[in-house]
Order: sequence, then structure tokens, then C-alpha cells
Amino acid sequence: MSNLLPLTWAFPLPPAVILFVGAVLSLIAPRMVRPFIMVLTPLLGALNLSLLPENYTTQAVLMGLEVTPTRIDSLSILFGYLFHLAAFIGVIYALHLRDRLQDMAALAYAASAVGAVFAGDLLTLFIFWELLALTSATLIFARRSTRSAQAGIRYLIIQICSGVLLLAGALIYAQTHKGLAFNHIGLDAPGGLLLFIAFGIKSAFPLMHNWLTDAYPESTPSGTVFLTAFTTKVAIYALARGFAGTESLIYIGAVMACFPIFYAVIENDLRRVLAYSLINQLGFMVVGIGIGTELAINGAVAHAFNDVLFKGLLMMSMGAVLHVTGEMRGSELGGLYKKMPKTTMLCIIGAASISAFPLFSGFVSKSIIVTAVLYENYDLVWLALLFASAGVFHHAGIKIPFFAFFYKPSKFVDTAHEPPANMLIAMAIAATLCIGIGCFPQYLYQHLPYAIEYSAYDVSHVLAQLQLLAFSALAFTWLKLAEIYPPELKSINLDTEWIYRKFLPDQIKQSLNRLSPVDLQTRNNLNQLFNKIIQLLSLHHGSHGLLARTWPTGSMVLWVAALLGLTLTLYYL
Amino acid sequence: MSLSLHLPVLVILLPLMASPLCILIDRARASWLITLIASLLSFYCSVLLLQQVQITGTISYELGGWQPPWGIEYRIDLLSAFMLILVTGLATLVLLFARYSVEQEISKLRIVPFYATLLLAIAGLTGICVSGDVFNVFVFLEISSIASYTLISMGRDRRALNAAFKYLVMGTIGATFILIGIGFLYMHTGTLNMQDLAGRLPALYDNRTIRAGFAFITVGIGLKLALFPLHLWLPNAYTYAPSVVSALLAATATKVAVYMLLRFLLNIFSLDFSLDAMPLDLILIALGSTAIISASLVAIFQVNLKRLLAYSSVAQLGYIALAIGLANHSGLTAAMLHIFNHALMKGALFLSLGAMVYKLGDAELHSSQGLIRHMPLTSVSILVGGLSLIGIPGTAGFISKWYMIQATLELGLWPLALIILAGSVLAVIYIWKIVESIFFQSPPSTVAVHEAPVSMIVPMAILAAANIYFGLNTHLTVDLADSASTLLVMGGGQ
Repeated sequence: MSNLLPLTWAFPLPPAVILFVGAVLSLIAPRMVRPFIMVLTPLLGALNLSLLPENYTTQAVLMGLEVTPTRIDSLSILFGYLFHLAAFIGVIYALHLRDRLQDMAALAYAASAVGAVFAGDLLTLFIFWELLALTSATLIFARRSTRSAQAGIRYLIIQICSGVLLLAGALIYAQTHKGLAFNHIGLDAPGGLLLFIAFGIKSAFPLMHNWLTDAYPESTPSGTVFLTAFTTKVAIYALARGFAGTESLIYIGAVMACFPIFYAVIENDLRRVLAYSLINQLGFMVVGIGIGTELAINGAVAHAFNDVLFKGLLMMSMGAVLHVTGEMRGSELGGLYKKMPKTTMLCIIGAASISAFPLFSGFVSKSIIVTAVLYENYDLVWLALLFASAGVFHHAGIKIPFFAFFYKPSKFVDTAHEPPANMLIAMAIAATLCIGIGCFPQYLYQHLPYAIEYSAYDVSHVLAQLQLLAFSALAFTWLKLAEIYPPELKSINLDTEWIYRKFLPDQIKQSLNRLSPVDLQTRNNLNQLFNKIIQLLSLHHGSHGLLARTWPTGSMVLWVAALLGLTLTLYYL
Repeated sequence: MSLSLHLPVLVILLPLMASPLCILIDRARASWLITLIASLLSFYCSVLLLQQVQITGTISYELGGWQPPWGIEYRIDLLSAFMLILVTGLATLVLLFARYSVEQEISKLRIVPFYATLLLAIAGLTGICVSGDVFNVFVFLEISSIASYTLISMGRDRRALNAAFKYLVMGTIGATFILIGIGFLYMHTGTLNMQDLAGRLPALYDNRTIRAGFAFITVGIGLKLALFPLHLWLPNAYTYAPSVVSALLAATATKVAVYMLLRFLLNIFSLDFSLDAMPLDLILIALGSTAIISASLVAIFQVNLKRLLAYSSVAQLGYIALAIGLANHSGLTAAMLHIFNHALMKGALFLSLGAMVYKLGDAELHSSQGLIRHMPLTSVSILVGGLSLIGIPGTAGFISKWYMIQATLELGLWPLALIILAGSVLAVIYIWKIVESIFFQSPPSTVAVHEAPVSMIVPMAILAAANIYFGLNTHLTVDLADSASTLLVMGGGQ
């Protein structure tokens, strides 16, 4: 790209700047101009990124601390492009909206994600980490319903907690003379555990995952598309940067890959099913990071790349259904393929990708991780991942398209229609990329952090995967026919978030009831005390108080004389 | 080239000569323009002077070619240059703002004399900063003080006259005290030149006359800088003065008095004498702490915003007095930073109130209800100034308070750090009163006004932005204050 010299002059900007400027412009630009800003911003941002020199870094001093606001290297660059791509697709998907708030929040959210992956030190990372929380919460609030407002608040609390842990960990880490630079940290480093938990919350570790399944499905159709792309991938990047090769990640990842399957099978809200499946995919990446070999990290990064595309595609197709019907519960949907054939097709491509069918993108990255696990002889983990792969096909590959588009015709079939063209275009871009990467994985492989000698399409990989898929499909069919498969019920499943959504509030309410008389008494007493103090103060300091009155000149002069006398005495002593 | 040699005198001469020019031309609009241009040029000279001082060190300028100590010397070191920039820069911004405000608040016949007097005030204030001779300091102090009495008396409210009269009495007592003090020094040393005095005084530190002179000078300057409990003239003067005058005086006049205090304490006398041998450090700390708490409490109960800010100024001067009383390098740095930063915040706040008075007719708290709906820019500027006054990180106010707290902790005086923080909490209360009224209450239905004219918004916005800029980029201010206080601590030899 160095032959574009004049352009390198025009764009020596740090990567996140263009997106942030776009976000501000989208907030103030008139409605006619806004779509152009929205589409051009990610494109310009990506162009700028491509023109920056290799290993570009910027240094700054913030309140006496050496910080590195920008650091581009082989690990972060792919995430940088990925986020621009995701922003581009998401923006096109949201083009029909007339919502200044969402447009602004979406671009600012993408900008924060880009800023976070290029952050060269923990302080900068913290700033973008919190910006991610704020901007993404805005996307949840943008649904403008009571449910989304409550979910957004719960989401924000947990995200801010993660930020606070990150800051605390960073301070402890920096205190012990390691500096703020964000490189490999490891669990043994001071503050390492805090950072690990901070990253873990955002990567939706088991029992820390509730914010994701709670809040993502409550956002707007397009908001969820953005949400799926950024926050968790930034966390995956942070884990890969700071904790690659940490063994506990392997087991955490294996649990993450398996447990959401059960929830996903019984869940009725289809976007929540996808949220569980997102955790399941993150599990694969976490396992890859835990293994920590070059091959495994490559696999995790590649899978993060593909996951943004196929999960985005699935979320977009569900968003399209929600947009057209206003309904997201599997029990109420069905039979839409007659009216929405294009959406159905695109959804199936996404489903095939996430299920890792050969020739679709999921296959070329997931198999790297599974192979890396085998190389390092984690046999049990390998089995768990196999189970998880089968489960993905179950809930995401079959359940989503089956209940949304096929099964028994629903009441929406008469009125349904294809979504607006921009939604279809956005989905088509993602679908093309899913198939393209699946068929020509080498173009993805050559941009991975480490050099890779890997062929996805050898006989053993393909055969193993096909067998797995075939048996999984068989299982679904059999379970469905034998009516063992849990039917789609109009119900809401509470996950472990029950503890903080129901149990704790109830307990707190009860204890508050018991405490309320005491509380009232204390409050009254304090109030009286406070009022007395204020009365006393206003006596002297109030508008007509001694100290605030307009004094006659004589008294003023008296003060002067007094002070002179005092100083003279003191000086003569 | 030769002109650049005469910069020290040009800074004063420009406003001084422009003043009669205004009277001669006798056109309201023209005199505003002349005043603006004169202060702008004076500001330009100050910037050049600062550059010169930074390159060549202290500049000594012999007025009329007479050598000091016989002739009059203008002496410009870093601190003088720093103060010159502050005074002339803020004067320029205030004047940019002044046109419409003055046309509304001052009767037509008095506009020309108003600007002429304003120029004299600026000349006096700049003169104090450059003079290297204590008698000239007194002369310039009188020029600026008499000009300010006149300016305050031109306020619309009839109480302005009373306030100006009281200020006149008190200010004259202060000036007289200073003159008496200077006289005492002259009696025993036979010189008025600062350098000379600094050389001769150490031998006479035990002399009672010198000590009496020191007492008169400190009390006199204390009156001028509104040190608690000598501040009683200030609230009325700031409240009833025309908006432009309130802004100018609040931002510069008391700061110049602080400058005089620093000069006398540290250059003419020495740090060891004034703040160690003499118990002035204790007096400053005690009075400063009382001012912080008491004046902030009074500010909380005020319903007139100008009056509220006036009391807040007394509290802020308390901070500065306290920081000087700490008598260490970081304390002086903090004091100088607060001189600059407080000028920025009070400038922004008083100008915003000026815009409010221009549109609404008064600066009462209840008139400001729902101001954000009509005058969003003014409201935001008040908010920024207020946040800076509290000392929120990211604003200029935070920087000076931060250094101040560090200076107290260096000496292990954590109760003083607590007092500084308590002052910030009180500031939160009185600023919140304003913010609540402006942002969260609905405006009275009868009011239908629009944002103030651009010429008022621009200086306001510059000052508000400066509050944020100097809160984030501290290189310029901290470095300057740091090297200036290093020079001061090194003492009279400089």
C-alpha cells in the first residue's frame, strides 16, 4: 500500500479516531447526510488502518505515566480489520433506521472496540473498556422498553464491575514495577487474577455469563448485531494477549463450550438461543487461548473472526424476523420460509457455518482448535469439544432455522414479507464471506498472528466432522419424532442470574422490612441533627447572618486595626 | 528591534496613553475599540516579554536612562511576565465581551469615561507587575484602585455607590498602610529599589521599625487581596459593579495583590524572615483556612449569583493564602497555579453571569431557572467554570488543588489537606445549587430570551475551554509556576 503516498499523508491518524469522529458527526449531521456518514466511516477507518505503517505505535504521557495509546502488531491487526468489517456490515443492516442515538452509539461502540484492541497499555485499555460498556449499554437502552431498560442497567452494572476490576488489577500490576505495558501477564503476576476476572467477565466465563444472555436479546434488532460482534471479541483478544497458555483457561473454555447447550435447547427466545450459542463458541476460543501454542492461538483468532461473521449473520436473520413479525419466541414462529425465502437461505448459510459444515467458515477455524487440543493430548477436553460441536449443530444449526422458518405455519405467515433491501444486502455480504472463507481458508490463514502450516481439508477432518453432523442430525430427528425433544414452551428460563434477579432482591427486601423501623428512627434523628446544624450555620452564614451582612465601614476598620495590632504583637514577640 | 527593548514600558504605556485618547475622540463605539486594541497590543507585548524572559532571564529596564537605584527601574522576571499575561489576556477577553454589556448597563453619557477609567485600571495593574521599585508599586496600586472605585460606582444598582464608597475607604486605608510600611523601610535603608532593599534589609531584621513596616505592609496588602476578615468590602463591590468590571476585578485585581504579597515577602524580605522568623505563615494558614470554610458556607446561603461567586472568591483567596503560608516550594507553586486557574474560572463564571444579566436583567438564582433552554452555551460555560471551581479532575481547578494538597502532605499537615477537601465539598454544594436551577428546573413561562450575541459567547467559550485545556495540558502552567517559585525561594538575590 506504500505506493499510495499522498494518502498516507492524509491519514496518519490513530485507528479509533475516524470512527469516533464519525460517531460525533452522525449525532449532529442532518438526516439526509447521515446514511453516507454511517457507511463511509468504517470504510475510511479501514483504509486508514491499511495505510498505517507496520508495527505503528504512538506514545504519550498522561499525568506522569508513560502510555501507549496505539500499538499495532500481528495479533491486534486482524481484530482491527474484523471490527471495521463488522461495523460496516452492521451499519448497512441498520441503514433503514431513523435513530440518531443508535447510529451514534453503534459507531462509538465500534470505535471503542478498535481502540481497545490497539491499546498498548492497561490504562488505555481500561478507558476503552469502560467506553465499550457505556456505548453498548446505549444500544440496549435504545430498544426503549421497560424490559430493555432494566436489562440494560443490570448489564451496565456488571460491565462497570469488570472495568473496576481491570483498573484495580492494572494498578496493582503497575505498582510492582512492571509498568503499564499490556503484554503477557499470567496468573502469577501481582494483580493478574483481578485482570483475569475482569477479562473473564467480558468473555462470559461460566457463572459470569448472565449479562450476555440477559441483555443481548433485549436490544434492538440491529443493536444485537453490533453487540454480538464487539464486546466478547475484545475480551478474547485481551485474554489472548495477557493470558495465552494459562491452563485453567482450557477447562473453563471446555465448560463454556458445553453448558450453554442445555440452556439453548430449552430456551424459547431465539435470539437468546443465539446468545447461548455465542458463549458456546467463545468456549472454543478460550480453549484455544488456554492451549497457547501458536497453532491454538491462530485457531482462536480465526474462530473469533469467523464467529463475528456467522453469528452476526444468524443474529441478522433473526433480527429480520423480529423486524417483520415483532415476535422472537420459537413457540410462536414457524413456516416463514414461504414468505421470506431469501432470509431463510441466508439463515441456513449462517447455520451451516456455525455448525462447521465443510466448505463453510466455521469448519476451517474450529478444526484448528480441535487439532491443537489433540496435539497437546487433552483427550477429555477434546471429547467435550466434540460434544459441544454436535450440540451447536443441534441448537444453532437446526433449531434456529427449523422453528423460525419451517415447522408448523404460524399466524405470521399471512402478513410476513422479506425485510428491507439493506438488511438483505448486509446478510448477503456476511453470507458471502462465510462461504468464501470456508472455500478459500488460505486468505484468512495468511493474516493470522503466526505462520501456519495447516490444511483444513484433509480426509480425517472432513470425515470426522461429517460423521458428527450426521449423527447429530439423526439425534435431533429421533428426539423430535419420539417427542423427547423439549417442546418450545411459552416460558422464560432463568439461568443462574436467578440469584441476583430474584433470590437476592427478595432477601434484601425481607431484611429491609425488618430493618425499616430502625432505619426510620436513625433517619429522623439524623435529619433533626442536620436541620439543627443548618439552622446554626444560617444564623451566622445565612443571608443576614453575621458573616454575610453588609458591614458598616467603622466595623470593617475595627477589624483592620485588630489585625494590625495582632500582627504587630506577634512580630515583636 | 529597538522597540523590543522597550517592551517593559510599552505594556503600561499602551493602556495609559489610550485612556486620554478615548476622552479626546469621545465616541462610545470608538472608545470600546481603542480599549480593546490597546489591551490586545499590551497582551501581545506581554507574550513577547515572557519569551524574552524565558530566553535571557530577568530583564531590567531603566526608565529614562537613569541607572537604578537612583532612577526608576522596571524589572521583569518570570513571575512578572506570568502576571502580565494573566492581566492583559483576561482584560482583552473581558473587553471583547464588554461592548453590548456596557452599552446596556452604563448610561450613554458615561460610556467613554467608563472605558477611559477601565484603561487606567489595566495600566495600574500591569504597572504593579513590572515595577522594580516599591514606591512605584504604591503609585500604580493607587492608579488601579482609584480607577476601580470609579468603575464600581458606575453600576446600575444605587447600592453600587455605597459599595464603591466603602471600598474607597477600605482601599485607601490599605494603600496608606502600605505607604506607611514603605516609609518605614525607606527611613532605615534610604532606598526604594527592590534589589537594593533586599540587599540592605537582612542586617536590619531585628529593627523594630522594620518589623512595624513589615506589619503595615502585610496588613495593607491583606486588605487589598481580601484576606479574611479584611474581605468585607469585596462582596458588595463585586455584586453591584457592572458585569464587565466584576469579571475584570475578580479575575485580575486580587491576583495582582497576591503578586504584591509574594514580592514583598519573598523578594524584598526573604522567605526565612517573612515566613519563618515572623509568624506570618501561621497567620496566613489560620486566616486562609477560616476563609475557605467560612466564606464557602456563606456562599451556600446566597441567592444572588454574583454575590455567591464573590464569597467563593474570598474562599479561593483563602486557598492561595494557605498555600503561601506553607512556605515551601510546592506551596508557592500551588499558589501561583491557583492565581492563574482561579482567574480562568472566575473569568468564565463572571462573564457568563454578565451574559445572563444582559439577557435577563439580573443575576438572581431564581432568574436562572431553566436557563439551559434559552441560553445553552452560557449555561454550559457556567457548568464548566463551576466544575473547575470544585476541582473536578480534567479541569484547571483540579490541578491547583492537587498541588496544594501535595504541598500540605509534604509537610505532614494532613488536617490542612482535609480543610482543602472540605472546601471542595462546600463548593460542590453551592455550585450544585446553581446547576440544579439552570439545568433541572423549568423556566418561568414569561421568559422568552435567546442566547447572548456572538461577541459575548466567544470570550466566555475561550475561558471555559481554557479551564479544560489547562486541566488536561499542564505543561505550560505548571512549568512556569514551578520555575517562578524556584526563583522566589532562592530569594532576594534574584
